Amino acid sequence: MASRRLDQGGHGIVRSVPVEVTFEGRPLGAFVGDTLASALLANGVDVVCPSPILGRPRGVFSAGVEEPCAFVEVTAPSFEPIMPAPMVKVVDHLHAVGRPGVGVLADGGDGIATADHRHVHVDTLVVGGGAAGLREALAAVRRGDRTMLVDERHWLGGTASSDDTIDGIPALAWIDDVAGELRTSPDTTVLTEATALGVYDDGYVVVFERSAPVTTLWHVRAGRVVLATGAHERPIAFADCDRPGVMLTSAAVTYADRFGVAAGKRAVVFTTNHAGHGAAAVLAAAGVEIAAVIDVGEGGPASDASRALGVDVRNGWAVTGTEGDPRVSAVHVAGPGGAAETIEADLLLISGGWNPVTQLWRGIGGGLRFDEGRACFIPDGAGPPWLSILGAAAGEVPTSVPFWFTPSQDLSRHYVDLQRDSTVADVLEAVGHDLHSTEHVKRATYIGTAIDQGRTSGVLTAAIVNQAWGDGPGAQGPTNARPPYTPVPYAVLAGRDRGPVLLDPIRTTPIHDWHVEHGAAFENVGQWKRPWYFPVGDESMDEAVARESLAVRNAVGVLDASTLGKIEVVGPDAATFLDRMYTNRMSTQAVGSIRYGLMLGLDGMVFDDGVVMRLAEDRFFVTTTTGGAANVLDRFEEWLQTEWPDLRVYCTSVTEQWATVAVNGPRARDLMGALETDVPLDAETFPFMTVHDGTVAGMSARIARVSFTGELAYEINVEGWLGRPMWEAVMAAGEPFSVTPYGTEAMHLLRAEKGFVIVGQDTDGTVTPGDLGMSWIVRKDDSDFVGRRSLTRPDTVRPDRKQLVGLLPVDPEAWLPEGAQMVAPTSVGMAPPVPMLGHVTSSYRSPTLGRTFALAMVAGGRERIGTTLVAPLQGGDIEAEVTAPVFYDERNERRDGGGA
Amino acid sequence: MLLIPCPWCGPRDETEFKYGGQAHLPYPDDPAALSDEAWADFLFMRDNPRGPWSERWMHAAGCRRWCNVVRDTATNRIFGSYRIGEPPPEVPR
Repeated sequence: MASRRLDQGGHGIVRSVPVEVTFEGRPLGAFVGDTLASALLANGVDVVCPSPILGRPRGVFSAGVEEPCAFVEVTAPSFEPIMPAPMVKVVDHLHAVGRPGVGVLADGGDGIATADHRHVHVDTLVVGGGAAGLREALAAVRRGDRTMLVDERHWLGGTASSDDTIDGIPALAWIDDVAGELRTSPDTTVLTEATALGVYDDGYVVVFERSAPVTTLWHVRAGRVVLATGAHERPIAFADCDRPGVMLTSAAVTYADRFGVAAGKRAVVFTTNHAGHGAAAVLAAAGVEIAAVIDVGEGGPASDASRALGVDVRNGWAVTGTEGDPRVSAVHVAGPGGAAETIEADLLLISGGWNPVTQLWRGIGGGLRFDEGRACFIPDGAGPPWLSILGAAAGEVPTSVPFWFTPSQDLSRHYVDLQRDSTVADVLEAVGHDLHSTEHVKRATYIGTAIDQGRTSGVLTAAIVNQAWGDGPGAQGPTNARPPYTPVPYAVLAGRDRGPVLLDPIRTTPIHDWHVEHGAAFENVGQWKRPWYFPVGDESMDEAVARESLAVRNAVGVLDASTLGKIEVVGPDAATFLDRMYTNRMSTQAVGSIRYGLMLGLDGMVFDDGVVMRLAEDRFFVTTTTGGAANVLDRFEEWLQTEWPDLRVYCTSVTEQWATVAVNGPRARDLMGALETDVPLDAETFPFMTVHDGTVAGMSARIARVSFTGELAYEINVEGWLGRPMWEAVMAAGEPFSVTPYGTEAMHLLRAEKGFVIVGQDTDGTVTPGDLGMSWIVRKDDSDFVGRRSLTRPDTVRPDRKQLVGLLPVDPEAWLPEGAQMVAPTSVGMAPPVPMLGHVTSSYRSPTLGRTFALAMVAGGRERIGTTLVAPLQGGDIEAEVTAPVFYDERNERRDGGGA
Repeated sequence: MLLIPCPWCGPRDETEFKYGGQAHLPYPDDPAALSDEAWADFLFMRDNPRGPWSERWMHAAGCRRWCNVVRDTATNRIFGSYRIGEPPPEVPR
């Protein structure tokens, strides 16, 4: 196909440096400075891709980010699933194919360039590097601001052409001068190919720089943000206005002037404003024959100027349609009094007026108003004090006749949103279904939902809707386009925060490596990796958990409990403070004793649990759930700072400072004895729920007689780095007793057999101590603690609240899934809605009990003990008897080893 | 993203903070003396003004101190912050 590259012009390309580019396998002649769109036009590629929905042939329509037609997949040198061709800068070995509608991810690997995130602070950020933006950035630099200027194009100067002048000198020379000064000024950053994706509160702007080889996402905090985002030219809808060869007028000027490409040989210009005439003059000078300028206006200086150049100007005429296969070959026009004509042309340029680019302005709350003279929406009122908008973006655009589409009997090929193949007929149909709001019309027609966010279609759609309802022009504006301003890959947003390490920290205990070496399967608990179970040979999880739990019940097991949250609460008022935080009293505790405690929210609901050890009169060691540690510390600090600053208390997180080895089972005392310790092990001198400091296996340790299994237990706490030596000492000393390491699953099973709840598993933020059957832990005196008042609210004393109960399936092999809903037997088979009585919170197969069992929260549950409920499940109903929630050692006879 | 003036550390990104809702809702001296309605009012009911109000923030990734901030809920403009126990700054009309 013949080259459309002009011999003259093209100030933006370097003709001495050709670039190897292929499109759909075909080599394109291109130069440094080209975009893929200019290269496609230069090489006569009329059709870039079919339209996404109707498959109509589409070519390059614009020269910028407003492109609704020419979309490509860039397959090399770095993959981009879908890009508008005018925004692709050509580089050597660029390869692209047409890609309508929806991008497709690359096969194999992620194919995405690495992205860095940079955080910068500037005095002034200017978005848009056209003349207005350059002028503003220069002023900022000259007054000494730390300044940043960003532009989405790969050049500065915006749409300025070589015919323009700025401050009395040729525009291109002025741009070069200013850009040169900016680039050499200290504390000044100039970015091209850098799109401001969104403007947020207090001058926070996210900028996506498509730099190679490492893409950069800039997080800019600016004292002052200046939007110089320009204006986009708007099309007009008429029959077959989407045909290749139809293009925005300003785009044709850019292609001729900057890239030295004639978009066609013989052009018709269809305009509502003087810019169409100016474009005709530029193109004529570049050698494009101007067949006619069709101006819907009644004429004026611009029309006169065109006539003076010998152009056929038709005032009061309009384009009614196009012909061609696929490219435009003729343009149908109509004039006053029923005049109609067909003009041969291979290029039809449209200028329906100008839309200030206000998406970023609107996104931070800036208002818009309709400007009748310019027939567009312009910024209205003041935005936040740090934000300003200027130039074309502020409304400095040509006046325009408000002409939106050419009237016709058939509006079904009057395309409004070219990327959604939506027409004037589609808009009117939506209105016909009584849709009034443009937001509703958008959702009915999909206009504005494509990649271009309706940049060329939004104002047009609003005008059609306003006109159809008989509302005034501008009664409704375009729909709101939200960030990001242009698409950004998730990989860029993620930056280097990817993969198992950098996405989220992984927390491991000091004993972790031992678990790995011994084949543990791990479970994620918050950020922690905890051993889930320790399979031996080819054991399944169920088999391993059964073996581990029997070892704890019958001999001795050892658990890494280091992840439990640990907080030291210290100070003269520490006891007073803890009394207010827990439902039971901690101040009456003797030094060296331990109490289990529940913490409630102000609403009376269980928030966290753990044990409180009194180490000294003014020093307590508090444990929390593994997942709740940070929340508990936050809560302590909040109350101390905001309500009781008079209390002299310090809280310190010591979770990582301690490793905890929990020895559980009837032979725990034997194992401890074999470890060589100066701590007395008998139950009289070292009773249950007390704590002893001493030496264990030559290491300083704090040993607590607490048990989460119901068995005799010693929790050995040592400084973190002694965690593994202590664990290994326990394993060695325990060998004669067949000591068995056990994981969280066996731990869960063992505690459930005892009816010990796990906050966050058996509770969900709607559960009071009474619901758990734990009123015994709520003190009866009249002193206050957080949540107390809520325990007597009408809602918290309802008898039909869900209460913790046990469930024993009638079939001892049947296992109730956690989360299963429980219903009355009389409800089975009834038509919905079926009354739900409760749900299963924990469910296990117990080798000790020789059967399955579960914990559940059931409405009025304690009253239902002895009755039968049903879990209706897809695999068949499971019947279960409601029981008390303790299944093993109800009389607590084993915790001192007595049951062994 | 808000730029919150921590009274201890200076202006810091919102992501360093934890939000604490409406400020100046002191815990009652004697909750047991309150009627169910009065307690529920303290527990659940919050103002929801359009315009400036005082709210609590905690500089979680910084000094970990709570402070109060006067923010316009319509514009997100922040008129200043103050330490617990200090009076709020003047809000220009």
